[in-house]
Amino acid sequence: MSILEIDAPAPPPPTAGTGDADVPRRIGTRRSASDRAFRAVLLAAGGAVLATMGFVGCFLLLRAWDALSRAGWSFLTTQAWEPDSGNFGIAAILVGTVLIATVAVTVAVPLATGTALYISEYAPTRVRQTLVSIVDLMAAIPSVVFGLWGFFFLQGHITGLARWLSTTFGWFPPFQVPGADPHDPLATATVYTSSTFIAGLVVAMMITPVVASIMREVFSQAPVGEREGALALGSTRWGMVRRVVLPYGKGGMIGGTMLGLGRALGETIAVYMIISPVFAIQWHVLANGGSSVSSLIALRYGESTPFGMSALMAAGLALFLMTLVINFAASSVVARSRSGASS
Amino acid sequence: MTTVLDRPTTAAQPPARETTPRETRRQLTGVRVSDLLELCGSAVAALAMTAFVSTQLAPITSPLAFVAIALGAFLALYALLVWMTSPGVAVRDRLVTVVVHGLAFTVLAALVFVVTFTFARGAKALPHLNFFTQDMSLAGPLDPLSTGGIAHAIVGTLVQITIALAITVPLGLLTAVFLTEMPGRFARLVRTVVEAMTALPSIVAGLFVYATLILALGIPKSGVAAATAISIMMLPIMVRSSDVVLRLVPSTLKEASYALGAGQLRTVWQVVLPTTRSGLTTAVILATARGIGETSPVLLTSGFTASMNTNPTNGPMVSLPLAIFQFVKSPEPTMVARGFGTAAVLMLLVLALFVTARVVGGRTPLKVDARRRAKAARRAARDEARLERTSRHRPRGRRPLSRLDELIDDEPVHPKTPTPDQEQP
Repeated sequence: MSILEIDAPAPPPPTAGTGDADVPRRIGTRRSASDRAFRAVLLAAGGAVLATMGFVGCFLLLRAWDALSRAGWSFLTTQAWEPDSGNFGIAAILVGTVLIATVAVTVAVPLATGTALYISEYAPTRVRQTLVSIVDLMAAIPSVVFGLWGFFFLQGHITGLARWLSTTFGWFPPFQVPGADPHDPLATATVYTSSTFIAGLVVAMMITPVVASIMREVFSQAPVGEREGALALGSTRWGMVRRVVLPYGKGGMIGGTMLGLGRALGETIAVYMIISPVFAIQWHVLANGGSSVSSLIALRYGESTPFGMSALMAAGLALFLMTLVINFAASSVVARSRSGASS
Repeated sequence: MTTVLDRPTTAAQPPARETTPRETRRQLTGVRVSDLLELCGSAVAALAMTAFVSTQLAPITSPLAFVAIALGAFLALYALLVWMTSPGVAVRDRLVTVVVHGLAFTVLAALVFVVTFTFARGAKALPHLNFFTQDMSLAGPLDPLSTGGIAHAIVGTLVQITIALAITVPLGLLTAVFLTEMPGRFARLVRTVVEAMTALPSIVAGLFVYATLILALGIPKSGVAAATAISIMMLPIMVRSSDVVLRLVPSTLKEASYALGAGQLRTVWQVVLPTTRSGLTTAVILATARGIGETSPVLLTSGFTASMNTNPTNGPMVSLPLAIFQFVKSPEPTMVARGFGTAAVLMLLVLALFVTARVVGGRTPLKVDARRRAKAARRAARDEARLERTSRHRPRGRRPLSRLDELIDDEPVHPKTPTPDQEQP
C-alpha cells in the first residue's frame, strides 16, 4: 500500500475546449513522517524476531559443534549416552522418540478423524458449538496434566491390555515382550509398565484435541454446494463424506497429523514422567523401558559438564531438525491443498 | 434448472399402467423404531456373546480386552442385521455412523475423564483455604494438607506469564503487522523462519536459555530467565496466528481508508486492528495457554523452590506446572494430592483465560454496543460544533481550517478513485 501524491495539475492550456492537451500527471510516493516512523518500527520488530529466532538456531549449532565434531558420524549410530568418555550417540533415543510419536499418531489420528467428522457432520446443530469449544479447550490443557493421568491412572490399568496384545499379537515383532511369560499366573506386571506404548498413549491423548481441532476446521469448510450435490444425487451421508468432505479436507488432515506428530516428538514432561530410560534401541514397544530426546535432556541437563552440555545441545538440534522437516512438509502439503493455508 | 418440453410430434403415449399403488410420502428425517431395535439388539447380543466367550471358552481377564472383543462382535452383528434389510451402501453408511459416534464419544469421554480424574484426586487439597494462601516453605512432606499451599506457584506463574506477555504481545503483534503491511522478500524470510520456529520443542528452548543466559552470561536461575524461555515458545504462535487473522482483513476496507486520505499508521490503527480484534485476542489467548502450561523450560531455567519469591530477577521462581511436577515426584499421598490440586488450579486458570477471550474478543466490530454508539455520537457532535465554529469566523489566507479541511486540502487523492467531475461526461 503506498500513498500516492499527485503533483499540482499542469497549468490549464490557453485554449480551452480541447481535451488532448492533458499531460500525464507524475505520480510519486511521499509518506508522512509518522508513517515512515511506523514502518521503521515494523521493520525493526520483524528484524528483531528474525534475529532472535535465527540466533536460537545458530547458537544451537554452534554449541553442538563441539560434540558433533568429536563424535563425527558415530553420533548417529551409537546407542549410548556417556558424553564424558566420548561414547555417545542418538541412535537409541532418536528411535525411541520416533516410536513414541508413531504410537501416539497411530492412536490419535483415527480418534481425531472420528471426532472431527462427528462434530462437523453428525452432531446435532444445537450442541455443535459447545463441542467445538470443548475440543479447543482440551487442546489447551497443559501436557503435565496428561502426564499425571498417565502416571497415576493409565500405568496401572493398561497392563492388562498390554499383556493381551503381547500374547495375542506376539508374532508381530514390536509387540513381543522379552522376559514375560504369559502362562505364569504369578508373573508381575512390571515388564509391561513404563513402556513406549504407555508413553505413546499419553502423548496421543495430548495431541488428539489439537489434531481434531484442525481437521474439524477444514471439514467444516467443505463447500455446501458440493455436499448438497452429492446428497441430491442419492448418496448416503457416508458417501457424501467420502466423496466430498474427505477429499476436500485431505490437506488439512495431513497438515493436522504432521502438526500433531511435531508436538508428539517434542513432548517432554509427560514422557519423562512415564518412561524409564534405557539407552539401547528398544523395538519392543510394550516392554518396560524406552527413551526420547527431550526426556534425556530433562534428565541430564543439570549434571552435565560443558562437553556433556554440548552433547545435549547436539541431541536437541537433531530433534529440532526432525520437527523442522516435518513442519515444513506439513505446511507445504496444506498450502497446496484445496482448503488452503488459512488454517 | 432445465425444463423439458414435451415434443408435440411424439407418437401416442402408452397408457399409464395403474399397477403401482398411490405413492405415500416417504419419511426423510427422524429415527425409525427398527433402527433403534437393530442397535440395541446387536449391543445385547454382542455383550452376551463376549460374556459367554470370556467365561466359558477363553480366559479373558482384562476389562479392556473384553471391551475390544465386545466392540468387534457388536460391529459384526450390527452389519449383519442391517444387511438383512438394506442394501450394501446403507450397511456401510450405518456402520460408519456407528464407528464415528463411537470414536467421538471415546475421545470426549476420555478427555472429560482426564479432567474429572484430576479434580477428583485434587479434591482433598482444594477445600483448604491455606492451599491458596501459603507457600510450601514450612510444610514438610509428611505435613497434613492443612499446612502449606501453592501461593508461591500461583504468583510465580502470574509473574512469569506477565513478563512473557509484555515481551510477546507487542513484538508479536508488530511482527505480524509487518508481515502483512510490508510484504516483500524480507517479510517472506521472516515468515519462513517464524514458521520454522513453531516446531521448536519446548525443552530445546529451555536448553537454549539455560546455555545462553545462565551458563554463558552468568544470570542466575530466575523468573526472568524462565519468562524468556516461555517467550521464545510463545512468540512464533503469537506471530503466526495473528498473521493468519490479519491477512483476512478485506482489502476493500483498507483501500477505503487510504482513499479517505488516511496514512498507513492510521489505517492500521483505526481499520485493521479494530477489525481483527477478536482474532487477535484469540491469538494472545492461544499463546498464553501454551506458555502457561510449559513445564520443561521453567524446569531448566528457573528451578524449584518451596518458598515465595516475588523477585523475578533473582533466585528460583516456581510456576504451577513445575510445582505439579515436583509434588507428584514424592511418594507421599498428601504431596500427590497437592499435585492434583495444583493441576486443577492450573486448568481453572486456562478455563478462565478462554472465558475471558470469549467475553473480550467475541464482540465483532460490526456489532456496536450502546456505549460505543454513544461515544461515536458524542464525537460526531463535537466535530459538528467545531466545524460550525470555524466556519463562522473563517480566517483569511490558505490556512487549514479544521482537521477535516486539512485532510481534504493537503492529503493526496487516490488517482484511481473516480471523482464526480470525471464521471460527468
